[in-house]
Amino acid sequence: MSETTNDSPSEVLDRVVIRFAGDSGDGMQLTGDRFTASSALLGNALATFPDFPAEIRAPAGSLAGVSAFQVHISDHDISTAGDAPNVLVAMNPAALRANVALLPNGATIIVNEDAFDERNLAKAGYESNPLGDGSLSAFTVYEVPMTSITTEVTKDAGVKPRDAERSKNFFALGLISWLYTRPVEATQKWIEQRYADKPLVLEANRRAFMAGFHFGETVELFESNYEVRPAELEPGEYMNVTGNTATAWGLIAASVTSGLDLFLGTYPITPASDILHELSKHKNFGVRTFQAEDEISGIGSALGAAFGGALGVTTTSGPGMDLKAEMMGLAVSLELPLLIIDVQRGGPSTGLPTKTEQADLMLAMYGRHGESPVPIVAARTPAHCFEATLEAARLAVKYRTPVILLTDGYLANGTEPWRLPDVATLPVIEPNFATEPNHQEEDGSTRFWPYLRDPETLARPWAPPGLAGLEHRIGGLEKQDGTGNVVYDGANHEKMTRLRAAKVAGIARDIPPTEVDAQDGAEVLVIGWGSTYGAIAAGVQRIRARGLAVDQAHLTHLNPFPADLGAILSRYKRVLVPEVNTGQLSRLLRAEYLVDAVSFTQMQGVPFRAADMEAAIAAQFEHLNESAEELS
Amino acid sequence: MTVTNEPVPVPLTTRKDWSSDQEVRWCPGCGDYSILAAVQMLMPELNVPLESTVFLSGIGCAARFPYYMNTYGMHSIHGRAPAIATGLATTRPDLDVWVVTGDGDALSIGGNHLIHALRRNVNITILLFNNQIYGLTKGQYSPTSEVAKVTKSTPFGSLEQPFNPLSLAIGAEATFVARTHDMDRKHMMETFRRAHAHRGASFVEIYQNCNVFNDGAFEQITGKENRSNMLVPLTHGEPIRFGEDGERGLVLRPDGTVEIVDVASVGVENLLVHDEHRDNPGLAFQLSHLARGPFEPTPIGVFRDVERPEYGEQMAEQIEAATERRGVGDFAKLLRSGSTWTVG
Repeated sequence: MSETTNDSPSEVLDRVVIRFAGDSGDGMQLTGDRFTASSALLGNALATFPDFPAEIRAPAGSLAGVSAFQVHISDHDISTAGDAPNVLVAMNPAALRANVALLPNGATIIVNEDAFDERNLAKAGYESNPLGDGSLSAFTVYEVPMTSITTEVTKDAGVKPRDAERSKNFFALGLISWLYTRPVEATQKWIEQRYADKPLVLEANRRAFMAGFHFGETVELFESNYEVRPAELEPGEYMNVTGNTATAWGLIAASVTSGLDLFLGTYPITPASDILHELSKHKNFGVRTFQAEDEISGIGSALGAAFGGALGVTTTSGPGMDLKAEMMGLAVSLELPLLIIDVQRGGPSTGLPTKTEQADLMLAMYGRHGESPVPIVAARTPAHCFEATLEAARLAVKYRTPVILLTDGYLANGTEPWRLPDVATLPVIEPNFATEPNHQEEDGSTRFWPYLRDPETLARPWAPPGLAGLEHRIGGLEKQDGTGNVVYDGANHEKMTRLRAAKVAGIARDIPPTEVDAQDGAEVLVIGWGSTYGAIAAGVQRIRARGLAVDQAHLTHLNPFPADLGAILSRYKRVLVPEVNTGQLSRLLRAEYLVDAVSFTQMQGVPFRAADMEAAIAAQFEHLNESAEELS
Repeated sequence: MTVTNEPVPVPLTTRKDWSSDQEVRWCPGCGDYSILAAVQMLMPELNVPLESTVFLSGIGCAARFPYYMNTYGMHSIHGRAPAIATGLATTRPDLDVWVVTGDGDALSIGGNHLIHALRRNVNITILLFNNQIYGLTKGQYSPTSEVAKVTKSTPFGSLEQPFNPLSLAIGAEATFVARTHDMDRKHMMETFRRAHAHRGASFVEIYQNCNVFNDGAFEQITGKENRSNMLVPLTHGEPIRFGEDGERGLVLRPDGTVEIVDVASVGVENLLVHDEHRDNPGLAFQLSHLARGPFEPTPIGVFRDVERPEYGEQMAEQIEAATERRGVGDFAKLLRSGSTWTVG
């Protein structure tokens, strides 16, 4: 029967969005991840969006327990994980119910029909079976008995039916791999390596995977299979990377290029923990990872390590940021390099631990008592987390200041192909430790003054313990400019307050100008920060495809802003600021530049859809036209 | 392991070298002065370099301590010094890291960091100045204040059972636990010397008089005329006895508790012999609970001194082992360690 498919060549698609959905325990993240890996090896452009609940295993079959993984593969450069899935793989009724609303008419649904029994239908809240009641008539539905075939093919390998059932995600992976002509070797090899110490599981997964692949090939259920050809990416070596891995590797790179020992003090928290997991593997880079007793100790230990001359880092998410605030204030006062990485998630309070949001900008900016300015850097894509981390480390070390790096849940867990950097071209970070006393008394004796600043950067000397003659005491009390001695004098306090602010503001001279993706004559600018980059770029492309001129700018530096930002904003008649919060950047821009920025916001725990972005941008043109009419 | 019997090397520094140029600003008569003097006088004897010594503190009267030492130092935020010290000591095993703290700083706001630093056995020396009161905020009860204590914040008396700092440290798996008091410089110096020599986390409680807000809190046991009858010195390998002529002593009862007895009535051979190195912390805990407060005979000296791997050392060993196994980290290699593909 395999001749059938050989006779009909694969249909070529330019892009496809596939969403794998099932119970939390069904292994959908793994399935999506493996499909992504084989697509990456094929050279497709891709973007992924893991979408899972906070509960580790909510009751089986319930809507709350549905876990999904969306992957967008394409033969051209893409910037989002896709608005609407072309294909939904639903392992049970709850997975279908939770995701069907995302599908456009004409989409394909592949269900595990074995799971559509009365009990599961009831758990999902279906009164009648959607597979038989015509409610899915807008879609092409394939019913595949995934559980029973998997059980059948693994039976004579000695696998118990109960265990065999757990391999059904590999059946689904095999089937989709056939449908989109993914090579099987890479996945087979992965299965062999991953389950090497569990021969029965290995065998069950391998059999299930191949059964799925052969099922597609031999059963005349699908009219043909599809091919998505490699994308024309910039030449280079690529890997598929998550934001958290890129961040962890950025930290290692910063340690390598600065020659500073890396110390991570952290407390486990979703969605930041994977940075700890990744770094803890790489001890041969001299990396010290410290799982602290709480968030405060996480940052405190990192600050202690920084005092000792290490690259001190702490990683966290929203609730942890609240707890670290006091220690960040101390770091501002001590003027020591420190990296604080906030992988943002939905708030307030525990909020939406596994869902994305970019609502900590104001917290990063102002979330400490007193005047406590801190530079802020934000990553825009999973791969960009690498560069952003290096940049945050560079600023921290050069300016002797805590720096906040903002990423978010979407970047942390999402993936994209990353063109591997040439190690020789990574920015070099110079620690420039103090080596000798820097002040001469009238009697000719020399002293070390810990707050005698570099006149250009206003950074103070960094003098870790160990050098004779440089002994000094620093602390959270206000200190005298220069000597660092404790003083409560009002004029000195004002001077120090302004110096700390000027030091951070002065970083504007040391960062690249605003990057604007500009078109001739554009009157509308869309400006964003963080993980909205992909959705904004997709929306802008769609507007340009309509023949309209629109510019896009995306900020990596949020404090200070690039020096040219004010002049750029003033060039446009409409400035649109899309954000996954209630308008935090737009408020900062309005306050800083008196620009009438228009805020476009959404907070649903998921990235913007390109279609919504397109509509929001299009609306700006309507405003332009209205104003033009009023004038005429 | 005692350092006292070793020949004392000729000090290369003097007390003056260890004193900073900052004016000491504690209230006149404060017990902190005598602790500072004991530390500054001890340091030259330890024969350690100034530049390898770091004093860290949190917030409170005691926390001003680092400003007065001519070493590297940090006056940090309330309760967090053990956390900061953990990061410093684990990345800089070459340093001597001291943490100076008080009863509010260590046992109230910073309790969590204290117990975890102790159980991890981070190589730090913790000096807890216990004056059983909040001094810097002007006289509220502390987590070591006695029940029914009348203070500014408890005009009708405190309702809270106080912490016993030594019991807490022993419960937190501390490997070195000792107590001394601010009226006996020699004893302080000896105790600090032992704490410094211990590899891992050392915990020293110092009964310290706050002459402004809690004057005389320890007078019943540390007053010159009371000491011999009220302080029970602990000496490793010696029967535990006290009193003018050593006429009283401790025995271990069948139920595992310790009891004060007349030596004459039980015989010296039946007294409890102090063993700092006993692996099981039960007896050290019993000793820490001998007195219900500083008004009953109270043991002082080293309660417990046992060996356990030090945290930073173990961290370094893991790094060494990983480096031996996989070679010194090569970032270019790491970049290409996963599945990669080439375009163009």
